[in-house]
This record gives sequence, C-alpha cells and structure tokens, in this order.
Amino acid sequence: MQLARVIGTLVATQKAPGLEGVKLLVVQPLDRQGQPVGEPAIAADGTAQAGPGELVFVIASREAALALPQWFVPVDLAITGIVDQVDVPPLEPDQG
Amino acid sequence: MYVGRVGGTVVATIKDPVFAGHKLLLVDRLALDGQPTGKYDIAVDIVQAGIGDLVLVLDEGNSARQLLGREPLGAIRAVIVGIVDEVEVEGKA
Repeated sequence: MQLARVIGTLVATQKAPGLEGVKLLVVQPLDRQGQPVGEPAIAADGTAQAGPGELVFVIASREAALALPQWFVPVDLAITGIVDQVDVPPLEPDQG
Repeated sequence: MYVGRVGGTVVATIKDPVFAGHKLLLVDRLALDGQPTGKYDIAVDIVQAGIGDLVLVLDEGNSARQLLGREPLGAIRAVIVGIVDEVEVEGKA
C-alpha cells in the first residue's frame, strides 16, 4: 500500500456491472515524505468515508477489488484506509 | 519478497477490517547493496519490527491473507514476515 492524497471526485453514470454505488475518487500518489510522485489516478473508495483533501492509503492490482463490499469487481486501485498520522523521519544519506 | 528498512509508522482509525489490531509500518525498499530504491510499502507487521530494523517483506496477496487468517478475503498485500540478521551476496555481507 502507498500513501495518496484525495484531490477530486469522479462521477460516471454508465459503469461496468459491479461498479454501481462505488464511489470513485481522484488520488495523487505520494512519496514517503508526503510529496506528490507520479500521475494522479482514479481509485474506488473502500472506506466509503474518504473525501477531497484527505490523506489515505491505497492498494493496487487484484487486491483492490477485495477492498469493496462486492468483490472481484473491475477496479485496480482502492482506498483501504484514512490516515490519522504518519511518523516517518527523513532518510539519512548514510543509512541503509 | 524483498529486503527493506522500517522507515516509520502509519496510524489509521478508519480502515479495512483486515487491518484491525495490526500495526502498520512504512518500509523503504532497499537494493541488495542496502541503498534505498525510493520505493516503499505500507506493510502489516506480524513480527514486532521497529523503526530502523532491516526486515523481510512479503508482497503477495494470497500469502498475506493466509498469514492473517483472512482467506479468501482481505485487501492486503504487504506483510513484514521477518527481521533480517544478515544478507550475504556473492561473499559480500
């Protein structure tokens, strides 16, 4: 799972079977320090409680479908939690 | 599986039920020479790892669900399954 920031919402009326009632959000993936990395993506909201501005963690690929009430629906990215707190000190250059 | 170093902690109240009662740690993925690759995972810890520990990370859904007793369901992939004492590659520790 990776950190992401919810930056928007997406509405689709015509959807594949299984996606009815699934909330879709635009998320910006973040690096370990919370800085944006890569391109924004669309994620299904497995918590049903996330909204724009929130820090979340997302799960990708096959496991994304297991985050939703109805599983094995066509999604490849899902929000699995809303982050309260992240405590990650910066990487030291000589660490590792 | 890959070798990583625990970089920090992540706390979430609202989360998938599969994570209830489990500690979430942010793990920086390392190359075999021990240098960070820039990639990371938020992983469930089942071996009482702490910040700074060198760990073995499983990143596969079916195994993760088996470990947490959640088969066949559970939106989970990354699990810390070991604390690494030593890695030796072609004679170099």
